[in-house]
Amino acid sequence: MDNVNLKRWERIKDSDIYHSFIKSPTAIISSAILLIIFFCSFFIEFLTPYTPFDPSSLSLMDAFTPPSWTEDGLAQFILGTDGQGRDMLSTILYGCRISLIVGFAAIIFSLVLGVGLGLTAGYFGGKYEMVVMRLTDVQLTVPSILMALLVDGIARGLISREMHDEMAIYVLIFAIGISEWPQFARVSRAATLVEKNKDYVSASTIIGVSNIVIMFKHILPNIMRPVLVIGTIGLALAILAESTLSFLGVGVPPTTPSLGTLIRLGNDFLFSGEWWITFFPAIFLVILAFSINLLGDWMRDTLNPKLKK
Amino acid sequence: MSFLKINNLSVDYKMRKETVYAAKNVNIEVNKGEILGLVGESGSGKSTVGNAIINLIDEPGKVSSGSVILGDLNIHENSESIVKYRGNKIGLIFQDPQTSLNPILTVGEQLIETIQTHLKLSKEDAKNKSINLLKEVGIKDAEKRFDDYPHQFSGGMRQRVVISLALCCEPELLIADEPTTALDVSIQSQILDLIKKLTKERNLAVILITHDMGVIAETANRVAVMKNGNLVEIGETKKILTTPQQSYTKSLVSSVPPTNKKISRFVIVEKENKKNNIKILNRWTKKEISNQDLVQVKNLNKSFDDNFFTENSKNSVLAVDNVSFEIKEGESFGLVGESGSGKSTIAKMIVNLFRPSLGDIFFDKTCITKIKHRSELMKFRKQIQMIFQDPYSSLNGRLKVKDIIAEPITLHNPSISNSDLNNYVNDLLDSVEMTQKSADRYPHEFSGGQRQRISIARALATQPRLLVCDEPTSALDVSIQAQILNLLKDLQEQLNLTILFISHDLPVVRQMCDRIGVLKDGKLCEVSNTEDLFLKPSHEYTKELLHLMPKIESIYN
Repeated sequence: MDNVNLKRWERIKDSDIYHSFIKSPTAIISSAILLIIFFCSFFIEFLTPYTPFDPSSLSLMDAFTPPSWTEDGLAQFILGTDGQGRDMLSTILYGCRISLIVGFAAIIFSLVLGVGLGLTAGYFGGKYEMVVMRLTDVQLTVPSILMALLVDGIARGLISREMHDEMAIYVLIFAIGISEWPQFARVSRAATLVEKNKDYVSASTIIGVSNIVIMFKHILPNIMRPVLVIGTIGLALAILAESTLSFLGVGVPPTTPSLGTLIRLGNDFLFSGEWWITFFPAIFLVILAFSINLLGDWMRDTLNPKLKK
Repeated sequence: MSFLKINNLSVDYKMRKETVYAAKNVNIEVNKGEILGLVGESGSGKSTVGNAIINLIDEPGKVSSGSVILGDLNIHENSESIVKYRGNKIGLIFQDPQTSLNPILTVGEQLIETIQTHLKLSKEDAKNKSINLLKEVGIKDAEKRFDDYPHQFSGGMRQRVVISLALCCEPELLIADEPTTALDVSIQSQILDLIKKLTKERNLAVILITHDMGVIAETANRVAVMKNGNLVEIGETKKILTTPQQSYTKSLVSSVPPTNKKISRFVIVEKENKKNNIKILNRWTKKEISNQDLVQVKNLNKSFDDNFFTENSKNSVLAVDNVSFEIKEGESFGLVGESGSGKSTIAKMIVNLFRPSLGDIFFDKTCITKIKHRSELMKFRKQIQMIFQDPYSSLNGRLKVKDIIAEPITLHNPSISNSDLNNYVNDLLDSVEMTQKSADRYPHEFSGGQRQRISIARALATQPRLLVCDEPTSALDVSIQAQILNLLKDLQEQLNLTILFISHDLPVVRQMCDRIGVLKDGKLCEVSNTEDLFLKPSHEYTKELLHLMPKIESIYN
């Protein structure tokens, strides 16, 4: 087994993708930043002495402490504290975890839905394809934030008030996912149209392989490259959409704040001089989205054979 | 003193893992008024030499040493001189006339633009000159067609326009890189005649880069043979083709299918030349050859019409028009025709990828075009298999070779044990002369010929009775083609296969087939025994095709 893994590692080291990766400073820096962010936000319990969501551990005496390098700053609160005396840095990292979970879940949801529809539409063609593609056109005419607000509104009507805070995160995932799938459907349909005319698909048909197997065993792995590229860029969009919704107050509740919720909470204090409460979550969000986008751009350039030099 | 002198030319490509030497110390001379044929297989460096002359080498390649002397000027001395020469003293013709013209400019605009770039002529003079050029390359109504766009010309006409573009600044050297490879036989011979005529009339020096020995035999005065970047042999065409000195040239010449006789096997010089031992024989339930029809095609019609509104209207194109023929069990039946003649469409209907618009196909006396149930269809899927033209798209690049070959086996025999499956895959690989190590690799690690072998192994996995070969060798080099054709012959002989062989290449069909059907525009012109067809063709179109095909034997006359 070890031997197999070693061989795989050598094959990765030998691949063009690896070489283009180590030659691209943007790719290295952005993926390093992302790794640090992922690591810190998923292991935050072990990295910080604070538990921002346990009211008994908070002291209002610490409230509104500015960042540590300013005049009134305290060394134990590097980025200062908010109005309830929570340490900003750990609150941000906890919030980042929520944002990442929502972003990933939403993008996986829309990827599965979009690729499923796009693949079948491209493969079967005919009236089914027409219906699916018109559906994506309709979906694309509805702004995604509006769509998400709509889903949230309907969910509020359907779910009881007590359940709402618990269910908020799932509603959010569904709302973002449902507004992002048309991209995946379009890209995977276009790629499927190219692949299905290749001889290996004809060969499988002649052998007698069923349509389902042809689609998922033969075509799907061959269309994953473009799908993964837009998936990466879509991840940044999903995280931003989550933050926007939370900022507008329809996202995750303040008891388990995400980055967007933190920005909204801090916004109230912006004009009274406590700038750090909104500034740091916002800057953090920018860095996160920017790094994902840069990585996505690099992936698009490397995985697209047409752009290869 | 020769007109073009290439001295010790070397071209290197510095890649990540290694440096590829695309040309190594090549010395070639070309005189005025002669056509030098530059032949070689893919990757031999023949196009590299052509591009190096005009310094059009793509990154990361570069000319590492040597000089190119045109007349008495070293044109590689500085980069400015070469720009002046390109298109001016040196004309270029590329392979694909579809892409070498700009589709949004009229033919006239492109000609005038080129002329005015190099010559100081008024627009009026340039126009007159271009019309004269179009006339010279054989375009009728040149005044009218002057304002047409490239898409309004057919492939052959477009190549004529490309030639007129290459000629418009009175070049003295013409470099033609596979000028007829993308064209049909009948147009190919016209273009070659045109190039020959122009060479004489304008006293041009011509370098004709091609992989086709027949083209060389019919056009070139002298020939240079290249392999792996090295110049193997250079000399008079007749001498090189009849008494080659180097073993590589010998094998190249012997793998060209002769047009005037049928040989039982191709002689492969560099390899041990023995029949392979087919290991899958003991698994094969061999059908005795009964002298009966295995396939009957009756009044087959296929029309293509994607448009929802005009379905079944008069406008739809008939790709196949009332075609009927039979294939006897155990024979090789050939279908020949130019592009668009409907030969691949017929193949796809026989393997049940398309349904015919009208007519029926019978396989072993059962009509296979009206089968509704999947289980019934599967019985026939098993017996009819196909080999495709493009070895690069016929294998799924995401699967290992063993999984590709195992798929049909497990599909038709789900209860097969793992060890038996592995043995079967290995036997199949063995039968197509591939090593067992190949099983664990991915398709991209193999060359075109090897991929075609894998494709054949996959087709044999279901033990078919009918093998449909759709241009199985037209994407391959001639020496690889000879090996694949030998392999198909061996397999047919030992496994009692029936083969439907589809090709545009008449010499190949002659070597492979017992009977041949000639297709034109979807209609079957004639069907007859191979020897009868080649010796006394009855249909006008067949006669024309036979007359036009490039013959390597023409060198002996």
